[in-house]
Amino acid sequence: MSDVALRMEHLYKKFRKGETYNSLRDLLPAMTGKMFRGQELDATVRREFWALQDISFEVKRGEALGIIGRNGAGKSTALKILSRIMRPTKGRMVVNGRLSALIEVTAGFHPDLTGMENIFLHGTILGMSKREIQSKLDQIIAFSGIEEFIDTPVKRYSSGMYARLGFSVAAHVDPEVLVVDEVLSVGDFVFQQRCMDRIRSVIKSGTTVLFVSHNLKAVTEICPRAMLLDHGKVLMIDDTDAVARKYLSLGAMPDTADEEKPVYISKVRVRDRDGEQSTFESGEKAWVDIEVTAREAIDKLAVVIWFKDESEYIIFHTSTERLGFAPFCLQPGGTYRCTFELTLNIAHGTFHLVTEIHRYDIQKGYDRQDPASTIFIGSTTAVGGAVNCFPRLVESETAVPPTQYCEV
Amino acid sequence: MRVELEELYKYRELLYMITYRDIKVRYKQSIMGFFWAILMPILIVMSGVVVRYAYAMVSHAPLKTADIASVAIKSVPWAFIVSSIRFTCNSLTGNRDLVVKIYFPKEIFPMAAVLACLFDFFVASSALLIFLVLIKIGWSIYLLWVPVLVATTVLFCIGIGMIVSAASLFFRDVKYIVEVFLTFGIFFTPVFYDMRMLGDRGKWLMLNPVAPLLDGLSTCIARHQSPDVHWFLYSLVFSLTSFSVGFVLFKHLEPAFAESI
Repeated sequence: MSDVALRMEHLYKKFRKGETYNSLRDLLPAMTGKMFRGQELDATVRREFWALQDISFEVKRGEALGIIGRNGAGKSTALKILSRIMRPTKGRMVVNGRLSALIEVTAGFHPDLTGMENIFLHGTILGMSKREIQSKLDQIIAFSGIEEFIDTPVKRYSSGMYARLGFSVAAHVDPEVLVVDEVLSVGDFVFQQRCMDRIRSVIKSGTTVLFVSHNLKAVTEICPRAMLLDHGKVLMIDDTDAVARKYLSLGAMPDTADEEKPVYISKVRVRDRDGEQSTFESGEKAWVDIEVTAREAIDKLAVVIWFKDESEYIIFHTSTERLGFAPFCLQPGGTYRCTFELTLNIAHGTFHLVTEIHRYDIQKGYDRQDPASTIFIGSTTAVGGAVNCFPRLVESETAVPPTQYCEV
Repeated sequence: MRVELEELYKYRELLYMITYRDIKVRYKQSIMGFFWAILMPILIVMSGVVVRYAYAMVSHAPLKTADIASVAIKSVPWAFIVSSIRFTCNSLTGNRDLVVKIYFPKEIFPMAAVLACLFDFFVASSALLIFLVLIKIGWSIYLLWVPVLVATTVLFCIGIGMIVSAASLFFRDVKYIVEVFLTFGIFFTPVFYDMRMLGDRGKWLMLNPVAPLLDGLSTCIARHQSPDVHWFLYSLVFSLTSFSVGFVLFKHLEPAFAESI
């Protein structure tokens, strides 16, 4: 066996936009029209677009490759082609070994069957044999954490339970190539952790993994290398950190100023000591320059900024007013500039900076840029969570216990 | 075709599971349970009895038990053909999620639909068996024809089912066309009547590939005779062709399913 697990060579995929003929009642008149009058088969033939263009990449056995890209970049199409649900228009693809996809982990469920029956149904759909499922049954049930409801029809399950059971089955397939598409949005925090652990152990056991997610943090944690897709093309394949930075630079296009607003944020810049920057080390200092321009005379303004994490959770906010600066007034055409200095005691991850012009006394927001910028925090300290408390281990001691307690 | 058939064989457990699911769900959801499986055959038998009675009145020939037995014997497989083609028609569109998201040989869906209906057929057949025993129809060596004829019918249904399921995935109105054919098909198939009632022209109706199968079943069960071998071979060839053509066509279209559904 070669050491290549997956390879795509100059792969293209074309889709048709818009409605095609999906009933004979529409198709037959169109076809006769074409025959007798020489008409084109409507405009549908010409309305094509390339979902993937010239995709080439290779994944070695046991490697984990992340795929990132904005919505519509072609990630899911690429995965569907890899898992043979769709056929490429042009190009070649090689998959060595059993491929299993963690995409929509509950697709195989039937609501009227019990959890137990669905484990067998979904398991066989994912390519496991009955005997294989039987031998892993206890593990699957334990992993899902819904032992008590296993004989209840899954339509009575909460959506979290539903998804957890689906993931548990899918996670026990033992493929040689595992494709993971945005499944971490499932379940609560504890379950997500368990999923990540499972994926990590799958990688450790030598399985090749393709990991697609919008959660940059998860991608960087799992995959050393990543591929960036944009508009169906490969922009780069490199170290995940570098790819993540490139990805963020795609997103940071500030909206053009809206003509209607009496006052608007005309510029936002995040920089370090040397100039504009989007990646920082945890604990570093950053400066945010904001410029506000007014079209009309306007009173009592303040600039508010906040950071939110990828799940839209606000982790920090402040404003000029809170920092003790009096509200400012602007004349038509006048501008206001301010700079915030921030110490980024944030843990590793991706954070969005949102800026807003706010008038506190009447509680009115005039303009908001969401996100005005996105920053990526790298960390050398191994910490998790939202903040970095810069932990240091100052003392570590093992007490020798009396032997009778030592029953581990 | 060989590679595809081998792959299908590899996924035989899945075929079994999907069939099991279809049966289980059908019986779980309906209050009538097993009665559901014999409802349609009973209705067909009853309408057949009415038709035969009317015919007996007109021709002044008495209505014999053997005639009623013959109608009953043909109704049960006819009900199977109608319901399996009806179910295959929706078998792909009704499993949208699985068609779009997970790879496996998709012909499993029409096949499972036919097999689930075959289960109903066996339930109905048991009821029919009790009926036949009660009217003392007797038995003969020709009963060995029954599994052969049933197997050919199943093959025919799977072949047509693969074509119909793929067609209705691409064209949503196919199911209405199919429905019309299933409703009026009974008049072009010797279920209520016998070929012999139509005299010489009866053989034209035998061109309907289902006719020799139903007629054969009634001949070997009710009249203890061998079915017409030539007409049976015609049906067999037709079924094998529909299966092969259906399979090749289905496999050819399969890669486009996910984007067209």
